[in-house]
Amino acid sequence: MKLQRQQLLINNFFMFIINCPYCGERDQTEFTCHGEAHIARPDNPSEISDEEWGRYLFFRENPKGTHFERWTHDHGCRRWFNVMRDTVTDEIIKTYKMGEAKPVISNE
Amino acid sequence: MKYSLYNLVKNSFSYHENWEKAWSSPDLKPEYDVVIVGGGGHGLGTAYYLAKEFGVKNIAVLEKGWIGGGNTGRNTTIIRSNYLWDESAALYNHAVNLWEGLSSELNFNVMFSQRGLFHLAHSVHDMQEITRRGYSNYLNGIDAEILNQDQVAKKIPHINVNGRYPVLGALLQRRAGTARHDAVAWGYARAAENLGVDIIQNCEVKGIDISNGKVVGLQTTKGSVKVDKVGLVPAGHSSVLANMAGFSLPINSVPLQALVSEPVKPILDCVIMSNSVHVYVSQSDKGELVVGAGSDAYNSYSQRGSFDMIEHMMAPLVELFPIFSRLKMLRSWGGIVDVTPDRSPIIGKTPVKDLFINCGWGTGGFKATPGSAHVFAETVFRGEPNDIAAPFSLERHFSGALVDEAAAAAVAH
Ligand SMILES: Cc1cc2nc3c(=O)[nH]c(=O)nc-3n(C[C@H](O)[C@H](O)[C@H](O)COP(=O)(O)OP(=O)(O)OC[C@H]3O[C@@H](n4cnc5c(N)ncnc54)[C@H](O)[C@@H]3O)c2cc1C
Ligand SMILES: [Zn+2]
Repeated sequence: MKLQRQQLLINNFFMFIINCPYCGERDQTEFTCHGEAHIARPDNPSEISDEEWGRYLFFRENPKGTHFERWTHDHGCRRWFNVMRDTVTDEIIKTYKMGEAKPVISNE
Repeated sequence: MKYSLYNLVKNSFSYHENWEKAWSSPDLKPEYDVVIVGGGGHGLGTAYYLAKEFGVKNIAVLEKGWIGGGNTGRNTTIIRSNYLWDESAALYNHAVNLWEGLSSELNFNVMFSQRGLFHLAHSVHDMQEITRRGYSNYLNGIDAEILNQDQVAKKIPHINVNGRYPVLGALLQRRAGTARHDAVAWGYARAAENLGVDIIQNCEVKGIDISNGKVVGLQTTKGSVKVDKVGLVPAGHSSVLANMAGFSLPINSVPLQALVSEPVKPILDCVIMSNSVHVYVSQSDKGELVVGAGSDAYNSYSQRGSFDMIEHMMAPLVELFPIFSRLKMLRSWGGIVDVTPDRSPIIGKTPVKDLFINCGWGTGGFKATPGSAHVFAETVFRGEPNDIAAPFSLERHFSGALVDEAAAAAVAH
C-alpha cells in the first residue's frame, strides 16, 4: 500500500511522468507546456475593439487551482494535447486530446 | 535607535542583548489611509516612500507570511540597468541611482556591491545584440563597455572562452552588481516603521470590498479593515488578488529556481550572465556561488521548480567554468514569478478606483526595488503615474505599446 501511494506521488504530484494521450506514460523532460488551453480566436476579427484584442492576446486565467493547458510531446510523437492540472500541488488530473471538451471540475 | 559605531560600542557593554527590535508587531487597526498588500521589498519600500516623501501618516503593510519571505528573499540579487528600451532604461536606472545611496538613506547596510556585470556573447548574433544594447545604453546615459574575447579572458581568469559555445565578447556594466536581499526588506521595514507605518505579518488578504467602483475595505485573516487607498504588490499572487477585485491580468505565474554551492574562498569578483547558454552566477560574501537560470514554462503556485531545470543550470555553468565542476551544491529553492507578455512590469491604475497595482516584475524585479517602490508611492499618492511609471500601465496591453524587453534580450534577470 505504502509503495502504491509513493508511486502515485511520483506520477502525479511532481509531474515526473506525463501520460501522453497518444504514447502513454513518458518522462516529463520529453514535454513542453505552452500555456492556457481552450482560448478561441475571435470569429469577427475586423469588428472587435482593441480592448477585446488585448484580452484575447495577452490576458490569462492564471488560476491558483485547476488549470487547463496545452502541452506538446516534443521528444515523442510531437503532437499537441491538453492537460488538466492543479497549480498548487502540480498534480496532473487528466490529459486529453485537442478538440475534446474541457473536463468538468467536480466540487469535492 | 540609530545604527552607528557609537551604539555598537555602547551595546557591546551589555553583550548585545539590549538592542531594540528592528520593527514591532502591531495589531491591525480598523482603518487606514493606505494599505499596501505584500511585504516584499517593493511593498515595504512603497510604504516607506509614501510616509517619507508624501507625508502619509496612517499606512499599513499586510503580509501573509513573513516580510521578505516571497521573491525578495528567494532571488539571486542581480542588479543592473542596461536594458534596451528607453522606458526600461529610465525605470531601472532610477533604481540604480537610489541603490547607490540606499544604505545611508535607510541606516541599514543593504550590502550593495557594484562589482560589475558581464553579459556574455557566444555568437555573431549575440555580439550584435550586445552592441545594439550597449549603444542604446550610451544614449540613455547608462554605462556600458563592449569587450572582445581577450578582454573577457583577462578580466575573468577562470572562464573557458573556447568551450562548445565559445565566448566571443561581453557587455560590461560596471555600476551593476548585487545586494543582500533580506537586508533590503528589513531595512525598508525598519525605516518605514520609524515613520509610523504598521507592518502586519501573518495577515493574508482574502477579499477586497468595492463600493460604487471604489475600493473601500479589505477582508483579512486578522479581520476586516476600512481603507481609502490600496496598493497591491503581491508578485507571484498578482492574478489571485486581481481576481478578488473582479479583474484579470496579462500574467502567468511560473516557478523560477536558484541554488547555491558550498562556500569557497573568493574566486569570482563579478556577476556573469549568459543569455544564450542560459546561466548566471556570482559569489556571495559568504563564499557561496549563487546560480540561477530560466523559469519553468508551466504555471504553478507550488514554490518549487522542475527537477530537470537544475541540470539545465549546471551544464552551462561547468562548461563556462570547468573549475566549478568539483563543487558541491548545497541548497536549491523556488519562487513563483509573475511574468507578463513583454517581460516588463505593470505599475499603475486598475479598473477599480483607488486600487493600484505594482506587479509583473517576473524574473527580474529585485534590481528595481527602490525605483519601483519610489514611483509606485507617487502613483498611489497622486492617483496618477509619473513620467517614469506611465509607460508601464495595464492599458498598454490594449493600446499595443508594449515595452518589449522579452524580444530585446530574451532574458530579464
Ligand atoms: C529564484 C529567483 C531568482 C531571481 N533572481 C533575480 C535577480 O537576480 N535579479 C532581479 O532583479 N530579480 C530576480 N528575481 C525576481 C525578484 O525576486 C522579484 O521580481 C522581486 O523580488 C519582487 O519583489 P516584490 O516585493 O514585488 O515581491 P515579493 O518579495 O514576492 O513580495 C510579495 C509578497 O506578497 C505577499 N502576498 C501574496 N499574496 C498575499 C495576500 N493575499 N495577502 C498578503 N500578502 C500577500 C507574499 O507573501 C510576498 O511576501 C528572482 C526571483 C526568483 C524567484
Ligand atoms: Zn506522445
